[in-house]
Amino acid sequence: MNPQTASLTVSKIRNGTVIDHIPAGKALLVLRILGITGKEGFRTAVLMNVESKKLGKKDIIKIEERELTSDEVNVIALVAPSATINIIREYNVYKKLRVQIPQIIRGFIKCPNPTCITNRGREALKARFKVIKRQPLLLQCVYCGTIISQEDLEKQLVM
Amino acid sequence: MEQRINTEVWKALIRAFLPFKGRDVISILDFTREDLEELFERADYFLEHRRSYRLLEDYVVALAFFEPSTRTRLSFETAAKLLGAKVIGFTSEEGISIAKGESLADTIRMLDAYADIIVIRHRYEGAALFAAEIAESPVINAGDGKQHHPTQAMLDLYTIRKLYGSIDGLVYGVVGDLRYGRAASSFIYGLTLFKPKKVYLISPPLLRARPEVLEVLKERGIPFEEVTKVDEVVEEVDVLYVTRIQKERFPDPLEYERVKGSYRITIELLKRGKEHLRVLHPLPKVDEIEPAVDTSKYAAYFTQARFGVPVRMALLILIAGVEP
Ligand SMILES: [Zn+2]
Repeated sequence: MNPQTASLTVSKIRNGTVIDHIPAGKALLVLRILGITGKEGFRTAVLMNVESKKLGKKDIIKIEERELTSDEVNVIALVAPSATINIIREYNVYKKLRVQIPQIIRGFIKCPNPTCITNRGREALKARFKVIKRQPLLLQCVYCGTIISQEDLEKQLVM
Repeated sequence: MEQRINTEVWKALIRAFLPFKGRDVISILDFTREDLEELFERADYFLEHRRSYRLLEDYVVALAFFEPSTRTRLSFETAAKLLGAKVIGFTSEEGISIAKGESLADTIRMLDAYADIIVIRHRYEGAALFAAEIAESPVINAGDGKQHHPTQAMLDLYTIRKLYGSIDGLVYGVVGDLRYGRAASSFIYGLTLFKPKKVYLISPPLLRARPEVLEVLKERGIPFEEVTKVDEVVEEVDVLYVTRIQKERFPDPLEYERVKGSYRITIELLKRGKEHLRVLHPLPKVDEIEPAVDTSKYAAYFTQARFGVPVRMALLILIAGVEP
């Protein structure tokens, strides 16, 4: 182990989730997608531009005391399809999960079309997107048909 | 458990033999060519046997028009009444006051309590799908924003079948506002259920068909081309489907003045076309078609409008699952 990685990975977590192999620079987007702002209280470590054999450089996120659900895991695929997820219990890898782009995405993406019914504030309705292409990623609003690309999605997450 | 399996089998049988029964009509893309052929056969029947029926005597049809419409609403109302249904509902002004402060969801829940079939028109794209998710009764989309107008597409396709005997193998020119016009989009979607020889999408660059519409054309392998002038393709097309271009769509009114002539349909222009060339239009039209065309052999739009009633009668009985 080279000294650099050693110094960054020392903080092994006892219970929680490690998201590894995130393409370099996408860690913050992953946090956005998961709705983690830091206000939730659990300890979170974000490592960026760590050397990686597979990716050259990668990001890693460690979240203590929180196990991601498979729904949460799958939405990560939208911005980081290469990511791997380890659920940690008592310092050991309890479960390994691979992310997979879901067919339908609910909730966290807003439809960019202002006259989409999901943007009519009065309705108790959240946007729902169908994945129509995986590579390159294309999502379509189930309600109004608007298509958004990976780029549109990432822009929205950064805002 | 056994009970449950039986219900599932029963549902599958209903789907197989009565594919329309209880079904929502949100987009023309929810249908197959076979579905439409079945619909057209029923429409033929009602066209030939124009009288009043008691088929939907026990039915209440709600017409929820949150947005102004005269033609579509009257056409649905006539169809429902000829079938013996009771018609309730509201038009845009009442619709606005109903909608004031109330969610669409709540309005739909109220209508669902009264009606067996709900017909909805709304300014927001996706409103009909949302209504269908809430209502237990089947919902028919009579126009949701710029997106879908499936019953218009049904009667448009029916008109072409009547005129030419088949929808396949023809060259189509869809003219006008392809970006915001729901009739044009729905017509293009409708064509993808068949085998058109070619579809020309004729519009100013600002009003080109939306990416999701082009995506469907590509995915279904329909030969199409985007052009900017009717002039370029008039000799080649069998059907011109004309829609209005609204001045308000142009940020610069001068730009509108500059391009509008390229989309105006005149006798002169049509004479250059094929002998059997016909012009369709979802109506109402303003000045996109020269008045002289109205009384010429090219005009198919008044016939087209007349087919609205039998096609909608056919749709209503199929959804109700009754036969004439
Ligand atoms: Zn939308």
